[in-house]
Amino acid sequence: MNALKFLLVLFVSVMPFAAHAVDVERVVSPGGIEAWLVQDLANPLVSMQFEFAGGAALDPKGKNGLANLAASTMDEGAGNLDSQAFQQRLKDQSIQLSFSASLDRFSGQFKTLKIHEDEAFNLLHSALVKPRFDAEPIDRLKRQIVSGIRSDSENPGVVAYHALFAGFFKDHVYARRAKGTVKSVEAINRGDLKQFVKTRLARQNLKIGVVGDITPARLAELLDKTFLALPLTPGPAQAPEIKADAQGRLVVIDKDVVQSTIAFGHAGPKRKDSDFYAALVLNHILGGGSFTSRLYTEVREKRGLAYSVGTSLYPLIQSAMIVGRAGTENARVAETIDIIRAQWKRLAEGDLGQEELSHAKTYLTGSFPLKFTSTDAIAGTLVGMQTYDLGLDYLDQRNSYIDQVTLKAVQRVAKKYLDADMLDIVVVGKPQGVVSKP
Amino acid sequence: MMKIIFSLCAVVLFALAPTGVWAAVFNPQTFTLKNGMQVVVLPNHRAPVVLHMVWYKAGSVDEPKGKSGIAHLLEHLMFKGTQKNPDGEFSKRLAQHGGQENAFTSLDYTGYHQTIASDRLEMVMALEADRMSNLVLAASDVETERDVVLEERNSRIENNPGAKLRELANQTLYPQDHPYGRPIIGWRDELAALTREDALAFYQANYAPDNAVLVIAGDVKVDQVKRLAKKYYGTIKAHQVQPRRNMLTTAPIKGGETVYKDARVRQPVWTNSVIQPSLSNGSVKRVAALEVLSEILGAGGTSRLYKKLVIEAADAVSTGTYYNSNARGDGKFIFYASPRPGVKLDVLAAAVRTESQRMVDQGLEVGELERVKTRMLSTAIFARDEMKTGAYTIGSALAAGHSIADVEDWPERISNVTEQDVLEALKAVLSEPRQITTKLMSDDPKPGDGS
Repeated sequence: MNALKFLLVLFVSVMPFAAHAVDVERVVSPGGIEAWLVQDLANPLVSMQFEFAGGAALDPKGKNGLANLAASTMDEGAGNLDSQAFQQRLKDQSIQLSFSASLDRFSGQFKTLKIHEDEAFNLLHSALVKPRFDAEPIDRLKRQIVSGIRSDSENPGVVAYHALFAGFFKDHVYARRAKGTVKSVEAINRGDLKQFVKTRLARQNLKIGVVGDITPARLAELLDKTFLALPLTPGPAQAPEIKADAQGRLVVIDKDVVQSTIAFGHAGPKRKDSDFYAALVLNHILGGGSFTSRLYTEVREKRGLAYSVGTSLYPLIQSAMIVGRAGTENARVAETIDIIRAQWKRLAEGDLGQEELSHAKTYLTGSFPLKFTSTDAIAGTLVGMQTYDLGLDYLDQRNSYIDQVTLKAVQRVAKKYLDADMLDIVVVGKPQGVVSKP
Repeated sequence: MMKIIFSLCAVVLFALAPTGVWAAVFNPQTFTLKNGMQVVVLPNHRAPVVLHMVWYKAGSVDEPKGKSGIAHLLEHLMFKGTQKNPDGEFSKRLAQHGGQENAFTSLDYTGYHQTIASDRLEMVMALEADRMSNLVLAASDVETERDVVLEERNSRIENNPGAKLRELANQTLYPQDHPYGRPIIGWRDELAALTREDALAFYQANYAPDNAVLVIAGDVKVDQVKRLAKKYYGTIKAHQVQPRRNMLTTAPIKGGETVYKDARVRQPVWTNSVIQPSLSNGSVKRVAALEVLSEILGAGGTSRLYKKLVIEAADAVSTGTYYNSNARGDGKFIFYASPRPGVKLDVLAAAVRTESQRMVDQGLEVGELERVKTRMLSTAIFARDEMKTGAYTIGSALAAGHSIADVEDWPERISNVTEQDVLEALKAVLSEPRQITTKLMSDDPKPGDGS
C-alpha cells in the first residue's frame, strides 16, 4: 500500500519471485567475473543490476556524500566523451544507466535494447573504469545535491528518520545520511572521486544480476569486457558492527505544521539472522504492508488517527532495526503514540493466535511472486540473493522458510526484539502534550 | 484505501520502431459486455500473476458543487464492505491470498486494482463486482474515514508548500467553478462537511458497469477472462449513466502570477502552465507535435532547456517541460525551473522564454528531430517489459474517453511529426493567452531565496 512507500526499507533479499520454472544460472566469465542470470526472451532487452559492497558508510570523514556524488557524476562523461556527449549516446540509443549509493552499497542500474547491447556495455565499461569527473558536471551535480539536502531539511519524514538514526548510532557512520551535508558535499573534490573509483569499485566486492534476452556465453564475454579492468580487491575499509541503541527516548523537533510526523523504532534482526523469517511474519502482523496489520487497524481503521502508519524491518549489513512511521494531527500525537506502544507490548507479551499467524504467512507466501513482473525487479532480486548468501535455489525455497515459521517462533522473536519501553520515538511537528524525554 | 491521488495524470504512451508498417504498442484484446462495460485483456506470462483493475469514468470533476472531495472519500469508503463481504472482508481475503491492492482518484477517473496469483482471479472479480453495486456504509465509517482523509490532506497539501501553491494556482488557470480548478482531495471545509448521503449519492450516480472499464493484465487467457467477466460483471444492471459534462475551458480565466512564500521552502521553483489541447479536443497531429516538442525542449539532461539553463548559464539546478494530453478536458503544457542560490526566478523565466523563442527563430538542428523520435519510439519495448504499464496506459486513456487506437496508433503519429509541426506547436504554446505563472519562495529574508 502506498502508505508504506516512504518507509525506506529495502527488502532486496525478500523480493518476490515466482515459484514456477525460473531457472537461475550462475555464469562465470573466463576472467572470473560472476553473475546470476535469468534468461527471459519475452522482449528484446537486457536488464542488469549490480552492486559494490561498501557504500556511503565508508565515505572519508569530512567528505560524507562522496559515494553519492560519485554515483551522480560517473555517468557524466567517460573516456573521450564529455558529459553531454556521453549522455547523448545513452539517450539516442535509449540506454538506461544510472548509479546510486546507500549506506551499505554502491549500485548500478542498467537496461538496454538488444540491438544496442554492445554499445551499452561499452559505455558502462567506460563509466566504471574511465570516468572523467570534469569540473562542470562535478559543480553542477554538487549544486543539485546541495539543493536536495536543503529541501530535505524541511521534509518531516526525512528529518524524523535522520533524528531517529542519530539516536541509534551516535558517532557511527550509520548516523550519517548517504547524501552528506551541505558542508561535506562542498568539500569533495575531483581527487576524492578518482580515489573513490580506485579503492571502492573492485571485482571482489561486486555482485551482478542479469535478466533478459542473453545467453550465458554472450553474457560471460560482456562481463569480462565490462568489469575485468576493475582492480581485484577493494580498499580495506569496513564499517564496524553496531547495535541500534534505542533507549526509550522521545524527541520532539519543533516545526510549524498541522500534522506531526512520528518515526519510531529500535534494534531488529539482521538479514542473515536465523530469526529473520519469523521477524518478517511478526512485522507483517504488527505493521506490515497490507490493509490488515494491527497498527493499521487500530490507528487508522478504528480511530481515523492517521492516513499512513506502518512498520518495516530495516536490515543493514552491520546493524538492523525495526522501524515505523505515522502522520497525525498535532492534537492526537499522544494518543497515537500510546496505541503504537500498546500494540508493541501486546505482541511482545505473546498475544497472538494461530489464525492471525496463518493469515500473515499466506500473505507473505502468496505475494512473493507479485513483483516478479519486470526484468529489472528480478535482476535486483538476483543481486540480493548473492549479497545475503541465499543460494541459487532461493526463489524455490523462500516460501518454505515462511511456511516453517511457528507460532512459538514468532512469540519468541516478539519477546526478544519488541520492547515498548525502549522504543525511540521522534515527533516532527507541534504535538500537543508531548515533550522530549532524552 | 485510497491511497494514490494522481494530480497530474502523467500518462506516457509508448511505441516501437520497426520499418515500414508501424507495429501497435500493447496489442490488447477487447470486448464489451451487454451492459456496456468495456473489457481489455493484456496477456503477459512472465509470472503467474494477474493485475485486475476497474476504472470508473468518474473523478473529482464529476462532483456536485460544494461537495469537493467526495469522489476521493468514496474511494476510501469502497473498502468498508458490502452485505456479502462486510467489515473490510475484501482486504482481509485478498491479504490472506497474498494479494496486494490499492486505489486512486484523479480529476477524470477513479481506479481500483489488485495484483494476485493468477489462479485467484475469479475470487478478486467476485469481490470487485460485488462492491460495484452493493456498498454498505455506516455513518460512523464515514466519520472515521473523513478524519483519515483530513490527515491525508494534511500530509499531502498542508505539509507541502509546493502542493499548497498548486492548489491556489489551479484556480487561476481555469474559469471560475471549472472542476479542474478544485483540488482532488477537496477543500478542507467542504471535505469536513461530507456525509454518508453524499458518498452514496456519488456512488449511485457514477458506479455502474456502463461507466466502467475492466482491465486485466498478466498470466491469463482471453477466453477465461471473457467467461469470468460475463459471470461476475455481466450480471450487473446498466444504469444509463448520464452523458458527462463538457469539460473544455471556454470561459475567461483569472490568469496572472501566483506567489506562495513559506519558511519551509528551501528550493524556490518557477512554473508556467499553459492550456493546450488534449486528445479530447485537439487534433491528433497537434497532440503528437506537443509530445515531441516537450521531449526536445524539456526532457532530461540532454534537452535544450537543461543545456542552456543548467549547464551553460548554470543559473538553474533543474528545468524542464511536461505535457499532459490524456484528459477529458483541456491538456496542459508546463515549463518549470529551479534556481541556484542567488538567482532570481524572473531570470529563469526570461531564459526559458528566450531559449524557446530561439527554437522558433532558428528551427531544429540537423538530425535532432529524428534522434528524438527514434528514442521516443523505442520506449515501447521497455513499456512492454513491466506488466502494469499497458494496463495503466490503456485504462487511463479509456477512462478519460479516448480509444484503444489512440494508444496503439501512437508510434505512427509520432513518426509522422515534422519540424514544422513542432515549431507550430511551440508558437501556439508561446502565444496562448490562457496561461499562468507560479513562484514558490521562502519567506526567510535571506539571500538565495530566489525572490
